[in-house]
Formats: sequence, structure tokens, C-alpha cells
Amino acid sequence: MSRSSRSIWGNPLSLLEVTKLGVSYGDMIALHEVSVSVEEGEAVTVLGANAAGKTTLLRAISGLVPAREGTILFDGKPMDGVPAHERVERGLVQVPEGRLVFPFLSVEDNLMLGAFTRRARARLKSSLERVYAMFPRLPERRAQLAGSLSGGEQQMLALGRGLMALPRLLMLDEPSLGLAPLLVQEVMNRVARIRFEGVTVLIVEQNVKQTLKFVDRGYVLENGWLALSGSAKELGASDQVRRAYLGM
Amino acid sequence: MQLVLQIVANGLLIGGLYALLAVGLTLIFGVLRVVNFAHAEFMMLGMYGAYWLWSIYGLDPYVSVFLITPVVFLLGVAVDRLVVQRSIGKPDVTVVFATLGLSILLQNAALTLWRADIRSVSTFATGSVFVVGGVRLSVAMTVSFAAALLFALGLWFFLTRTMYGKAIQAVAQNRRAAALMGIDVKRVYLFTYSVAVAAAGAMGVLVAPIFTIFPRVGQTHIVTIFVIVVLGGLGSVPGAVVAALLVGIIRAGAGFLIGTAWGELAYFAVFLLVLIVRPQGFFGRRGAEVYGG
Repeated sequence: MSRSSRSIWGNPLSLLEVTKLGVSYGDMIALHEVSVSVEEGEAVTVLGANAAGKTTLLRAISGLVPAREGTILFDGKPMDGVPAHERVERGLVQVPEGRLVFPFLSVEDNLMLGAFTRRARARLKSSLERVYAMFPRLPERRAQLAGSLSGGEQQMLALGRGLMALPRLLMLDEPSLGLAPLLVQEVMNRVARIRFEGVTVLIVEQNVKQTLKFVDRGYVLENGWLALSGSAKELGASDQVRRAYLGM
Repeated sequence: MQLVLQIVANGLLIGGLYALLAVGLTLIFGVLRVVNFAHAEFMMLGMYGAYWLWSIYGLDPYVSVFLITPVVFLLGVAVDRLVVQRSIGKPDVTVVFATLGLSILLQNAALTLWRADIRSVSTFATGSVFVVGGVRLSVAMTVSFAAALLFALGLWFFLTRTMYGKAIQAVAQNRRAAALMGIDVKRVYLFTYSVAVAAAGAMGVLVAPIFTIFPRVGQTHIVTIFVIVVLGGLGSVPGAVVAALLVGIIRAGAGFLIGTAWGELAYFAVFLLVLIVRPQGFFGRRGAEVYGG
């Protein structure tokens, strides 16, 4: 049990507690009063069509875009005013959409930068061994420029780089986006494995069917509003989800 | 043959001076995506610093460089906080006007404070030469050349071998991803800008015994520096060094063969030719100037 996961009232306090979050880009409102929580050890997914606000939600949690209203509590502490890099230091880690590896740095340098924070750097060596064991293609290519890797390899690198930060919560934004079907399967297997190794995960992913197999709960966003939430089983059985995201 | 060596040596020495400015300018562009039009004004401030410390306290520039460089570094910190970072993320013209305005401000501040008089510093190094294999080398030029190369090498080592250096490269390649690694992007900007302008200030001190000092002295060099930065490849530190040395040699060669006025024409001609054949410059990566999100 985490040291800070209980409030003074004795109620369990989530690792991540987003309450009535609103985000806008200029005049356009991207998120309306969205409330989402993730418990320690849980895997949670956020579903939704394109432009439903999924990426915006993760960006706001990471501090890349400011929250217009509402609160984000991580480990019980409010995140407003905490800059993006400081949130990473506290264990709030995101593997962004489009992978965003550093193309002109080597694979190993990319991984080492994943452990840039003071907290993660202390265990850089063991993290690197662990990531190399988990993604055997990466040590083969450690000296290669990250930009020269294939899309699938870059995604493995991005996942590995995220793990290097020793995440307390790992947020994954569309890890299988733009990959060939065979690679999608491989990436999803790795994500499931990361989850079963005990990493707390918040994932946005188009492959709803496969994602629902390994997450505990999920939320559905529609046009920036929270439309639905429930356990993976409930969502998988919901007509709304089946029609909109599972093509049934 | 002797003559050729002499011309090449002269060109290399002057090119080394340019390198110290160009490396900083290219670094600021690569990391901050800011074109620092005020870059040569920091050199001008370094020159005046050297002049005043020499004329009032009799301090030799080779001593005062260790006092002035940290002061210019701190000035860089202030300018980055007050001007540069406020314009980042705004439309491109904002950044251009901010640094161009800063350039004009610094020139006119110098003009008001120290008047337009031409000043010079003379030390033991002024006018003294030593001879290597029949080639006559100016002591002052050689010292500043060595300092420039040491700085470029040190910077290269720092950027490619240390964690913080790699973090700076990461910011240059994708600032959003860098922030997600826990890198304080604003602090990287601050550090990069301040180191780069401190190098320009140091160069000003080192060339004080060579060039005359006046408020607009930066303007006589800045165009050459921009040519070097583009020629070497925007954002490329080794590119800037190679291009600086090459421009120095071309300028010295054409200046000797055809006439001084032709030196500038010659390197501009080479510049245009290179841009036609290789628009990204010697070491530039095609599209690298738009990388970085």
C-alpha cells in the first residue's frame, strides 16, 4: 500500500484524481468537466472518437496544456502550477502520441534521457538492463540513431524510454497508431506485459477490443464530455461501445 | 608556396574569431529556434569591457576576459528572462523584432554611454608576431584562435558526452518530448542563451587588441556570421566551425589575389553556390530547422 494513498478521512484516495477538468484552446473548448481517477496498480483506458479530447486530457495531466478549470490531484497533491518537468520527477510519465523519439540521438541516449529526473537517474543502470531485457531489439540497435528505426521499433523505444523514468503512473497515448497490423499486435502485447508487471497505466488506444482485455476500467469521451464509465467488462458489453468502437 | 601558407594562416586565424561567434549563434538557433540578431552586440560589450578595464585599471585583456565573460553570462541570463523567453511561442516576427530591437537598444546604449569615438586597446600582444616556418602569425590572433577552438571543442564534448548536454540536444530535437522526459526546457533555453552570448563577449575581449572599438562594431561582422551559420548548417556546431574557417580562408585569399574589397564578394559567391547545391549547408540536416515541435 502506498504511503499516501489514504486521506485523513480514511477513504482511499486515488493515485490520480481529476475533478471537473476543463481545457480550452483559445475559444475552442476541448474538455468539459471531465472527472477521471486511477488507483495505484490499476490499468484504465480512455475511449473516444478522434477529437473527443483524449489527447488533450493526457496533455493536461502532464502539464503540457493548462487547465482552465477543475483540479488534478496526483498522489494527493494538486498539480496546478507544477510545471511539466516537475510532474515527471514525481512519477507522472507520458509516452506521447506519435512516439516523439529524439531522431538524431542514439537509441541508448534516448533511453538514458528517459531517466533524466533525479529520482530515475539514481537507478539508471538497472532500469536500462530491465528495458533491454523487455525489448530485445533495442540493445541490438543501441548505437543507431533513433530516427533510423522503423515505426514499430520507435514505439518500443518510446515505451522503453517511458519505463526508464520509473513511472508511478504511465500514460500511453495511442501506442499502436500508424503501425502495420502485425506490429500493432506486438506493441499491444508489450503494453499488456508492462501492465501485468504492476505498472499503473492510463491508456488511450484505438484498438479498443485488445485494450479492454487487459485494463480494469474505462471512460468514454464524446466531444469533450464524459459520456460513460465502467469496468472493462461493462464497457465491452455496452451497446454504445460495441457500436461505436468495436464495430459490432 | 610561402605566400599561400601565409594567406591560409591569416584566413584560418580570422576564421577562428568568426567561429566563436558563429557557434553561439547556431546553438541559440538550434535549441531555442530564435535568431539572435543581437548576438554581435554582446561581442561589442565585451570589447568595451576590455577597453574600460584596460584604460582605467590597466588590466590586460587576457586577464580581464576572466572577469568580463561571467558578467556577459549574467547579462545573457537577464536578457533571456526579460526579452527572449517572453517572445518564444509568439508569432515568428515577434522573436525577430525582439532580438533586432535588442540589438538597436544595445548599440544606442553604447553610443549614449561611450559616444561614437573609435577606441583601441594596445597590449604587449598588439602588433607582435611570431614566425613559424616562415609564416608570420599575430600573437593576439593566435591566442583568440586557440580560445575559439578550445571553446568549440569543449562545447562539442559537453553536448555529446554529458547528460545535460544530451538534454540540450533533446530540447533542440523536440521540446515537447524533452519536457516529458522531465527536462526543464526553460532552464535549457536560459543556459544555452547565456553560454552562447558569454562566448560572444569573450571573443569581444580577445579581439579588443586587434580591432577598433565603436558602438556599431557588431554590425560589421554580423552578416558574415549569419553566412557562416547558414553555410555550416543551421544548428550545427561542427558546421559552424568548418564554415567559419572556410570563409576566413576564402576572404583572405580573394582579398590578396584580387583586392580587399573582393574578399566579401568571394565568400558570398561561394555561399550562394553552396546554397544552390546543398541548401541545408555542410552539416545541416534537411528539414532540421523545422524540427522541434
